[in-house]
Amino acid sequence: MTESTPLFEAVGINKTFGSVHVLHDVDFAVYPGTVTALIGDNGAGKSTLVKTMAGIHPPDSGSFRFDGSVVDIDGPRDAAALGIEVVYQDLALCENLDVVQNLYLGRELTVRGMLDERSMERAARETLASLGVRTLQSVRQLVQALSGGQRQTVAIAKAVLWNSHVVILDEPTAALGVAQTEHVLALVRRLAETGLGVVLISHNMVDVLQVADRISPMYLGRIVADLPVTPDTTTEQLVELITSGRSNGTEHGEVVR
Amino acid sequence: MTTRTTDGTSDDAGPTGARTDFALDEAPSDFRSSVGQSLARMRGGDLGPLPALLAIAVLTTIFGLANPDSFLTALNLANFLEQASSVIVIAMAVSFALLLGEIDLAAGFTAGVSAAVLATRLEEWSLLPSALTAAAVAVALGLFTGFMVARVGIPSFVVTLANVLLFQGILLLLVREGGSVRIENGVVKDLVGSNLTPAASWVFVAGAIGLYGATLVRLRRASGGSGPLALLVLRLSLVTAGAIAVTFILNRNRAFPNAPAPIRGLPIVIPVVLALVVLLNLLLNRTRFGRHMYAVGGNAEAARRAGIDVARIRLAAFTLCGLMAGIGGAFLASRVNSVDPNTGANDTLLLAVGAAVIGGTSLFGGRGRMLNAVLGGFVLALIPNGLTLVGKRILPILGEIDFSSSGVKFICAGAALLIASSVDALSRRPGV
Ligand SMILES: Nc1ncnc2c1ncn2[C@@H]1O[C@H](COP(=O)(O)OP(=O)(O)OP(=O)(O)O)[C@@H](O)[C@H]1O
Ligand SMILES: [Mg+2]
Repeated sequence: MTESTPLFEAVGINKTFGSVHVLHDVDFAVYPGTVTALIGDNGAGKSTLVKTMAGIHPPDSGSFRFDGSVVDIDGPRDAAALGIEVVYQDLALCENLDVVQNLYLGRELTVRGMLDERSMERAARETLASLGVRTLQSVRQLVQALSGGQRQTVAIAKAVLWNSHVVILDEPTAALGVAQTEHVLALVRRLAETGLGVVLISHNMVDVLQVADRISPMYLGRIVADLPVTPDTTTEQLVELITSGRSNGTEHGEVVR
Repeated sequence: MTTRTTDGTSDDAGPTGARTDFALDEAPSDFRSSVGQSLARMRGGDLGPLPALLAIAVLTTIFGLANPDSFLTALNLANFLEQASSVIVIAMAVSFALLLGEIDLAAGFTAGVSAAVLATRLEEWSLLPSALTAAAVAVALGLFTGFMVARVGIPSFVVTLANVLLFQGILLLLVREGGSVRIENGVVKDLVGSNLTPAASWVFVAGAIGLYGATLVRLRRASGGSGPLALLVLRLSLVTAGAIAVTFILNRNRAFPNAPAPIRGLPIVIPVVLALVVLLNLLLNRTRFGRHMYAVGGNAEAARRAGIDVARIRLAAFTLCGLMAGIGGAFLASRVNSVDPNTGANDTLLLAVGAAVIGGTSLFGGRGRMLNAVLGGFVLALIPNGLTLVGKRILPILGEIDFSSSGVKFICAGAALLIASSVDALSRRPGV
């Protein structure tokens, strides 16, 4: 594990909803070319942390750093401008539109005010091909005709179609079968290999150990460790961290708060 | 804007490498696989305009057999097209709301108010300022609805229900109860009821076919030029044959034998409605705004996350709905050359919504085209037109039935609407 500087960093993030303190002084770092797994029990605050980074729920206090310098994220547009893309738990695709139309939704290419379908279709094909996607019959298929794994693929492709630097995936394999899960995990690895900073939220410890380079377990709104994945990292250790916030077997140079 | 190639090694594969991953992605190159693809799409629930086309064929056959010498005549064809035109235009207006999964129950009265403004302004002003004022009022009413729905956040059903009363009230104030405003302006009177000269009819048809052919060729090029040529030729020749046949029939004198003057040529409503369909089609299918309308209708949350200003799209859609309803009002007024408190009232709105839905536009949003309004409008205009000609008949068991009565017409139109919305609902159910 090379200790490069983080591509993107959240420092001392606090977030409350009314009287509920959901995030407590959260520090979280994303490294280039690395898959960082964000794990934690239901309600630990994973999705909320992601939403602060995506500009959907601006934090009450704390700051963000991109490439080492402090940045403001005030709204989804700011996050998109920095190249932070989120693939949400509920994919948010338009079923009545086809794959190309979904990939370019909100950022359509035009020529003299008219949609440039040909360029969009070609670029969509190239992006999907570069991600090693081979299961789509046609990029002109309506999304309503796609399987869960194919939809996940489209949602991920949508996130990397633009000059994105950080891609955050919120439980991308939650609703998938074995084969499709394998496919999506391979895709996640591939994203990191292209140099992106990838954040993977998952409840499946086996999946996490399979693809993650680093793991940040969350417990009741706090990040309780930041550990690199080694051959000795075990599922039990991770489960202990997310259920109690502590672990006895944490001797691999991690930071335990 | 640049798209990223996420994989450095994919460069050597290039676009052709990318293509091989989508073996079935090319437009089908032969006739049979192209038909097969359409069938597959229909099994997937997207019946498109097929039910409406089927209904038109069935109704035409039934009425043709029932009234051999009055239904399939040039006079009735022209009459039918003019009857259908106002329903079609207001159906196009309502389609803008339906595409978002919203409804405009007051589109009929928007048409009525706009027509009343047009008629009263024409009493003092010339055509252009009168028409612009009527259009501006229609736009303002649409904007008002859009504001209430998109910014205040009231469901469109409730807003437009209130608008039915509001706009009806405005209409009554404009024309006064029991009153009626006559229209003397020649252009407005000609909109519904006059015809192109036979020569102009041919010029128009030739131009329209040329444009259609050019569009088909352009679309084929845009898809990589690999669509089946046979299908293109078939479509173009069918449309050409139909257009020539209709023009030929309508260009002959269709007046009664001892009428003072001959009636011939294509009704003016044909080029006007066609122009509106083409224009709105372009807006919906070839612009970002149109794409965003479908996106908001399909999944508003997804559209919002994609950075689309959902409220603005809703506002714009209701504004366009108002404008189109206003244009529909001019059609309503022109048909009877006057405006009264019933202009746009009664079954106007029901027929418009019905026409859009029968044509295949979904009530659930995100699915539909402007052409659907035309086909559905034909179906709903065919029913009263044909039934009137059938008149009183004695049937076995049921006895004597007056098919030209409003009762029978309402029942038939209602049944058609129910069948169409059942098709819509069933086709959205997975596995049906
Ligand atoms: N918009 C909101 N308003 C109020 N409370 C919220 C809101 N969003 C999240 N919360 C609360 O914040 C806490 C953390 O929620 P969050 O969705 O971040 O959890 P999570 O770790 O993503 O859980 P899961 O694994 O179930 O997705 C929960 O107690 C939740 O009820
Ligand atoms: Mg969550």
